[in-house]
Amino acid sequence: MDLNTLWFILIAVLFLGYFVLEGFDLGVGMLLPFLGKNDTQRRVILNTIGPHWDGNEVWLITAGGAMFAAFPNWYATLFSGFYLALFLMLIGLIVRGIALEFRSKDEKPLWRKFWDWAACIGSFIPSLLWGVAFANFIRGVPIDAQKYYVGGFWDLINVYSILGGLVTLFGFLLQGAIFLSLKTEEPIASSARRAAGRIWIGTTVALIAATIATYFFTDILERLGVNPGPVPIGAVLALLAAGWFIRQGRDGWAFFSNTLAILLSTATIFLVLYPRVLVSSLSPNFSLTIYNSASGPNTLQTMTIVALIFVPLVLLYQGWSYWVFRKRVSANPKDLHY
Amino acid sequence: MNSSVTLLSQWQFAVTSVYHFFFVPLTLGLSVLVAIMESIYVRTGDEKYRRMTRFWGKLFVINFAMGVVTGIVQEFQFGMNWSEYSRYVGDIFGAPLAIEALLAFFIESTFLGVWIFGWDRLSKPLHAAAIWLVAIASNLSAFWILVANSFMQSPVGYAEENGRLVMQQFSALLTNPYVWGQFPHTVFSGFTTAAFFVLGISTYHLLRRQQEEVFKPSFQLATVFGTLSILMVILIGHNQAQQMVRLQPMKIAAAEALLRTENPASFSVLSIVDQETMSEQVSLRIPRVLSLLAYNRLDGEVKGILDLQKEYESLYGPGNYVPPIGISYWSFRIMVGSGFLMLALAVYALYRVLRNQVIGETRWLKLFLPAMVLPYLANIFGWLLTEMGRQPWVVYGKLRTADAVSPNLTPPMVITTLLGFTIVYGLLMVADVYLLRKYAVAGAEAQLPKPRTVEEQAYWE
Repeated sequence: MDLNTLWFILIAVLFLGYFVLEGFDLGVGMLLPFLGKNDTQRRVILNTIGPHWDGNEVWLITAGGAMFAAFPNWYATLFSGFYLALFLMLIGLIVRGIALEFRSKDEKPLWRKFWDWAACIGSFIPSLLWGVAFANFIRGVPIDAQKYYVGGFWDLINVYSILGGLVTLFGFLLQGAIFLSLKTEEPIASSARRAAGRIWIGTTVALIAATIATYFFTDILERLGVNPGPVPIGAVLALLAAGWFIRQGRDGWAFFSNTLAILLSTATIFLVLYPRVLVSSLSPNFSLTIYNSASGPNTLQTMTIVALIFVPLVLLYQGWSYWVFRKRVSANPKDLHY
Repeated sequence: MNSSVTLLSQWQFAVTSVYHFFFVPLTLGLSVLVAIMESIYVRTGDEKYRRMTRFWGKLFVINFAMGVVTGIVQEFQFGMNWSEYSRYVGDIFGAPLAIEALLAFFIESTFLGVWIFGWDRLSKPLHAAAIWLVAIASNLSAFWILVANSFMQSPVGYAEENGRLVMQQFSALLTNPYVWGQFPHTVFSGFTTAAFFVLGISTYHLLRRQQEEVFKPSFQLATVFGTLSILMVILIGHNQAQQMVRLQPMKIAAAEALLRTENPASFSVLSIVDQETMSEQVSLRIPRVLSLLAYNRLDGEVKGILDLQKEYESLYGPGNYVPPIGISYWSFRIMVGSGFLMLALAVYALYRVLRNQVIGETRWLKLFLPAMVLPYLANIFGWLLTEMGRQPWVVYGKLRTADAVSPNLTPPMVITTLLGFTIVYGLLMVADVYLLRKYAVAGAEAQLPKPRTVEEQAYWE
């Protein structure tokens, strides 16, 4: 395997980690005003993600940095091309992060209500936009021979990308609802479980619709990167299993299954993309690939050493931090001191 | 059209970076101070140090959140607004950015979460270790981002292939002499910022003679920490200026408003230069002092703006190689002036602290409330000098800012984002200052939430 492929895999892994982890904290953010019936409940809900959301977001920052380092042309074309969409995403992430941190630091009802909704809307925007972005990766965007994006904002909005957006939106909502059923006590846990059951229907419909649409709107049938084989089927099965576990009230298994569904469906996208990173809708020859957009061998080698040492370490101590906060968050003042 | 996109993008980068850097220096220093406080608590078991840790920790967390969310914008906008820059240097510039995230941000954010929520879940030493990890990782992240910035100031370890730069030697980036001035200078500036922050807020309470058992030791700790830090900032800054004479002569010439090469070179007391006509309107200079500063001796050549312009024209072709002189000149003076004022204040505070005069006779203390502004002035104008003084280059001697901008952007797009960021950042600043002020004034006793009003109670249930 060459270093370009290794870095493609590594960036895929960073996005997998990001979607699984930030997936649930975005979901929790969106559900906050709906599942938290009073202030105490809303604080419980926030405290389930309080210790983790920032660490989860670093997966994205690392993915961005890794793209910049390993595939500068991918980074440059994508970020300048998706300019206004990324701006919206940034505003969402900024407002949401501040909402999570500031919300409980003042008692005025208006202050709290404002930040509750800021957390909700700030989580909603990136949840929707991630699907829009990834759908466009494989559907193709107008990229010319010089690797420049020559479209506008509205070129990113189409039936297929909106379907993709709905998949991540519902997928993250589901991940958040299951996470809450796992991490809170009654009565929040039950209402989160009920919400998960309803959201699951939306997720399933969106995922199936998007999968079918993939055959109509993309060229993956003719130009399949790596045949994903059973991976997408696994994603659908995992999602079905998640639905079954939700109804059985087996929160841990439901969370595991939905995590698997997110992992496998994201992996599918990267598999069918490979070795391309951004498909050109103008000509197959203009697509960005892991070869025509990559850094030189020195950079890739250096970064490989760094990544192979530090990614396992990150997994280790982030895993430890989840273990420290493994218990359900209760409405006990001790849990709510923050 | 391209030139207005460049200008708007520059404004956006300036607004978002200056704003981001309101929060970063305090994070660098306050994390260390809080870690010291908690370590003393763990060692002594003295409750007042626990209260100190919690009080300053709360302010730290509020400030940290602002730094985190505005930091994502920093990473994204290289690609968003400066795609040609990203293509040209991505091979080199992306690496330290990715390493920063992997080595520093992950530790910082994970262990801060553990620290904030882990008071009852971890043993005391482990809890203190968490904030030390946050402190170390924050300062480590400063190193990596400055490795990246230093490459823009003084490119090393690269080769040019097919119109873009590729990395030759990663180690050259790490041993770049520029970063070994810039990194300690920035870190100690951060320490100084935190010291004056703690001095100012402690003063507020000491003047009211409340919670002296918490704010007296805070004041003492910050005095010692601040005196050492500002001393380091100035010593290193002096070295950096000498390095600048060699590496970026145009920047120092602009910072000194030195039009013509001089040997021995004079130091400007007050200069006003008309950049249109390149003529001096006002010029008050002390002979030989600039040579003394540049070379530690009474003679030595310092090149002037006009001579450098000619030199660069023959080197890089026709063009304007003069950075904005007024901004460079005044930024330099505001930075250095604030620095020396802080040194004087810190030494004075140290004198009072050593004579145990923090409590009681307090008129002198009042100095330290307005002094909180000084490190912020120095930080911001220091960066303005660093970045504006490098113009018209984005990578010194290699790539011009005007050639770095994303070609697909239109002025309305950049106006939208510039306005959007400015408005959102402005509103967040209001909320941030409100919270910081509230918690700073409430003092260490505050046990929030407070008793509720009837209206609030209704909302709660």
